[in-house]
Amino acid sequence: MGFLIKTKKKISKYLKAIFSKKQTKIGIYGPPNAGKTTLSNRIVRDWTGDVVGPVSEIPHETRRARRKEGIEIKDDSGHSLTIDIVDTPGVTTKIDYKEFIEYGIEKEEAIRRAREATEGVAEAMHWLREDIDGVIYMLDATQDPFTQVNIMLVGIIESRSLPILIVANKTDLPDAAPKRINSAFPQHPVIAISGLDGTNVEKLYKEMLKVFG
Amino acid sequence: MMEKVRLILDDVMQGNIIILEKGLSPEEQSLLIEKTMFEIAPDGFSGIEMETYSREFMKEKQGFFGKMFGKKSGSGGRLTVIGPADQMKTIKKESDFISAWVQSR
Repeated sequence: MGFLIKTKKKISKYLKAIFSKKQTKIGIYGPPNAGKTTLSNRIVRDWTGDVVGPVSEIPHETRRARRKEGIEIKDDSGHSLTIDIVDTPGVTTKIDYKEFIEYGIEKEEAIRRAREATEGVAEAMHWLREDIDGVIYMLDATQDPFTQVNIMLVGIIESRSLPILIVANKTDLPDAAPKRINSAFPQHPVIAISGLDGTNVEKLYKEMLKVFG
Repeated sequence: MMEKVRLILDDVMQGNIIILEKGLSPEEQSLLIEKTMFEIAPDGFSGIEMETYSREFMKEKQGFFGKMFGKKSGSGGRLTVIGPADQMKTIKKESDFISAWVQSR
């Protein structure tokens, strides 16, 4: 009898190891100044009461990927999803320290920021190929979505067959045109939100459960 | 893949503009961005400018018979232009042309 119980326990352990999914790592990607850190902070604050990092109008404020682990998102019907949120630096193909000087930053500090930003972008690209299970692709709804970086990044994510949820952010601004983002990426779900004032964020959480759950 | 990306990047860093008839795969594009970041230096190389025609557009250009009997384009079925960011800037990109500002060194 004892042998049977031990065998049952062993089988159950193996089955758990095979079928239980590790925590899903969701990367928040997008161009600089799309509101990635604002959204990361909102998700983390809404579900854990903590924050991920500082936000700023200066591009590349997030120069290193920041990770917050074990965030449990739930809906009213009891569905839940535990994720690690990875807030990444804005992806670009070029970085010039002089851009920082235009924001009133001293040359030495601007060079340091540019160096950190290049390292951060390289790291974010590497993670996208190796370590991310799903992507929230964040876009500023006041900007043209048909840029080379956006089309290229969505293509990279599609080629890795990762689940993707596109967020049209900054709907609180008068110039916001989230429908342009819908027409740019009709093959993916698009949720229009304001990360700043929280409009539609509940809808985003429901969609996250559907797409990444 | 690494060799191809390295070759492109070395050429672009010398001030050349590369036109790839078969384009880059998403994996190669991702690696190119990663490697480009490591080469950026203050008052030196500041990165790349890249524009690609989508595969869908190339399919449209092939026409019905092209699609039926033409060669399969695979992942490389697109045209990509890559140049140094401080010497090249895309002004306008439409379905069948790219207009860019280019400065020689």
